Amino acid sequence: MILHELLSYETLRLTWWVLVGVLLIGFALTDGFDMGVGALLPFVAKTDTERRVAINTVGPVWEGNQVWFILGGGAIFAAWPPLYAVSFSGFYLAMWIVLAALIVRPVAFKYRSKRDDPRWRATWDWALFAGGAVPATIFGVAVGNVLQGVPFHFTDDLHAIYEGVWYVKFLSLLNPFALCAGVVSLAMLVMHGAAWLTLKAEGPVQTRARRIGSWAALVAIGGYIGLGLWLAYGFDGYQIAGAYVTGGPSNPLHFEVTKGGSWMQAYALRPWIAIAPIMGVVGGLMAYLGLRAGREITTLLASKMAIFGMIASVGLTMFPFILPSSTDPRSSLTVWNASSSHLTLFIMLVVTVIFLPLILIYTAWVYKVLWGKVTEADVSENSHGLY
Amino acid sequence: MEFGIVELSRLQFATTAMFHFLFVPLTIGLSIIVAIMETVYVMTNRPIWRQMTKFWGALFGINFAIGVATGITMEFQFGMNWSYFSQYVGDIFGAPLAIEGLMAFFLEATFVGLFFFGWDKLSKTAHLGVTWLVAIGSNFSALWILIANGWMQDPVGAAFNPMTMRMEMTDFWAVLFNEVAQAKFVHTVSAGYVTASVFVLGVSAWYLLRDRHVELARRSIAVAAAFGLASAFSVVLLGDESGYNATHSQKMKLAAIEGMWHTEPAPAAITAFGFPDQEARETHYAIHIPYVMGLIGTRSLTTEIPGITELVAQADTRIRSGMIAYEALLTLRAEREATPQVVKDTFERHSADLGFALLLRKYTDTPHLATEAQIKMAANDTVPTVWPLFWAFRIMAGLGFAFIGTMIYFFYRASFKRMQFPRPALHLAVWMIPTPWIAAEMGWFVAEFGRQPWTVDGVLPTALSVSALSMTEVAITLAGFVIFYSILFVVEMGLMLKYIRKGPFLEVAETEAWMKRHEIRLMGRKNADAIAMPAE
Repeated sequence: MILHELLSYETLRLTWWVLVGVLLIGFALTDGFDMGVGALLPFVAKTDTERRVAINTVGPVWEGNQVWFILGGGAIFAAWPPLYAVSFSGFYLAMWIVLAALIVRPVAFKYRSKRDDPRWRATWDWALFAGGAVPATIFGVAVGNVLQGVPFHFTDDLHAIYEGVWYVKFLSLLNPFALCAGVVSLAMLVMHGAAWLTLKAEGPVQTRARRIGSWAALVAIGGYIGLGLWLAYGFDGYQIAGAYVTGGPSNPLHFEVTKGGSWMQAYALRPWIAIAPIMGVVGGLMAYLGLRAGREITTLLASKMAIFGMIASVGLTMFPFILPSSTDPRSSLTVWNASSSHLTLFIMLVVTVIFLPLILIYTAWVYKVLWGKVTEADVSENSHGLY
Repeated sequence: MEFGIVELSRLQFATTAMFHFLFVPLTIGLSIIVAIMETVYVMTNRPIWRQMTKFWGALFGINFAIGVATGITMEFQFGMNWSYFSQYVGDIFGAPLAIEGLMAFFLEATFVGLFFFGWDKLSKTAHLGVTWLVAIGSNFSALWILIANGWMQDPVGAAFNPMTMRMEMTDFWAVLFNEVAQAKFVHTVSAGYVTASVFVLGVSAWYLLRDRHVELARRSIAVAAAFGLASAFSVVLLGDESGYNATHSQKMKLAAIEGMWHTEPAPAAITAFGFPDQEARETHYAIHIPYVMGLIGTRSLTTEIPGITELVAQADTRIRSGMIAYEALLTLRAEREATPQVVKDTFERHSADLGFALLLRKYTDTPHLATEAQIKMAANDTVPTVWPLFWAFRIMAGLGFAFIGTMIYFFYRASFKRMQFPRPALHLAVWMIPTPWIAAEMGWFVAEFGRQPWTVDGVLPTALSVSALSMTEVAITLAGFVIFYSILFVVEMGLMLKYIRKGPFLEVAETEAWMKRHEIRLMGRKNADAIAMPAE
């Protein structure tokens, strides 16, 4: 097969860097509001009917939304096997907690309303809360750690080894910077969940969502700016040292990397990327104002813009790094040395170009069919059909 | 065998995979059965078929939720617990997993919400379309997962790249149209269809025994028996196809399943019964049926099937060849492009056996310098433990024939005896409900345990594939999984039983009333749409 050489290895690597970013942002934009609604559930809905209204705003769509996450994982496996191998095993216990939350969540959705017992329902409500709040926080903590670099190195035959005893390894993930990133990530998705509830619910659920959501928006913006300054002045960045090829074999050990300088040098090098943090902050402010004013569609769009900007800014700031190593910078993974082969990237691109638009089309159709508010009357009339 | 991180990680993978596969076959099969029922509803417009669709659909939903939840674990565990595997073969193995998400799982998961929530919002035909998309999604999902698994059994279309120290894809079509993967796919989805058919049959029989929901139960049995009959034939025949494939790609697995310690003159006999003895390389009290194995395995009367002893001797040769490849690889790794052409050529000649040298890594860090004793031990390691395979296979195959018998019987009674079923037969159908799950779990056990000591046959040993984790970490997560999964299992079984006891939510008369309301609603929407269109 020579077809794949139509696109250079370098182009394909860049394209996949963008695509994985798109998938992860897609996940945050769609499943993000499901997780936000879960995290908000105990606070925006007090009675059983209110809770069912809140749950049913995401009821028919969370399952499809969650696939963005699964696909994100699959795409990382296919496009950047070393990243998948190192990060999933390096963050082992944290990943397991995410898994646990994601196992409980689908079951909670399906099973909560299948029995009338209030204790049964209350238990699953807490499961939904944890299923939303825990992953939302951990994803932020993970990003906070990736920005600082992760303690791992490769052996000569590319076995990934992590430094430290297991509990030290786990507890050191919970450093102040990463925890703050976790809070920002949670606040961001709570804002998004509130924006969704504003659109899909009415009455007391909507009112409470708007109040809590506007606070969350402020925390997200403030925390995001604070973390940016902290990153600029408190932490070293990473640079590829010396000459390197962008189209060479995917072997991290063929590169030299130094730690030092600042991540923020990226903005001097490529000033246009400042658009991402600006979108993050402006979108957050618009979402705040929208929630306060009770605007529905505008708020959701603003919230999407904020999330897009904030997540994109992390990727753009680190480029070309995707997972730096704090203890052995030479082992750091970058766009140029941690991808799949030329052929695999090409095949995956062809498949994605065909299927991603289809996915967007039928997802949009499903949202259109389900368009409209979920009301208390809907829930009580249709107690078997709904969650 | 000492119990270390490799064994613990394998235990965790086996636990989570086998738990996951309690739910998958029912999802695969029931989605199709529900879609068939809804098709009949849309074609005949008879409320009873809608009632059936909704009832079996509700059970499908309960089962689907845990299938999805436990499936996420499967996708993540490769990276979490098998990071060297992910690094070493991710270039090939990752692609089908990602394509599964893009092509199948997205479809299934996006439309499953509409299946449950869309009854009032969609026309009859549109809803039927949604149901079929869910069914097609579930089945395509299985296709891509089995292409990935098939590649682990028979790693075609890939080669080792010394510059990146991993396997890389050389031919996507070979991976896609891998014969092993294709046979496994049809075998596995057929097993899912059989599982769902036996389930529908058993639950319906239970209703008939209690004289409840008789109309629903009879029609369900008719669907399940017809669908189950075709699937039961398919699962056994395609199992045979897998056996034929194993003859040229996984000789050791086949020999172990058959307890064939030595090559026999063609056509070989099949061992119907016996007690395999690993130490003595002999099967005690064996009952042989002449010619059958040779015919199934080679479809000829003259081709020999190699026995375990002969295969160990072949492994010995390949280990020695692999050691030469490994030594050349050390130079390649250090010198990269500057490597002398002679060394590159040596590597090329022997690289197909590199995986066999990696078997030595269990005994030495310098495989190219291995001693005779180490080579012998590594060659012996290529034999999986025979007796569990021998028995698991026979239980699975025996159940396969039992399914054919059961389905023939019920199909005959449903078609030619006016749906009159004797009570003992109904009792039998109820008791049969768990058996397809046993067969399916045995089947996976044979496929995966039979491939040991490899994760990727002949390419990467299991012992090397694990992540650099501590025993404590894996023990914590394994304990967590066991606790979690046990709770989920109890909850799921409780709900299933509750819903089965309760029967369908709406009586036929109520369903009919709903159908009338729905007609009016759709008419109304059409008029409303005509006015409201621009607003959208």
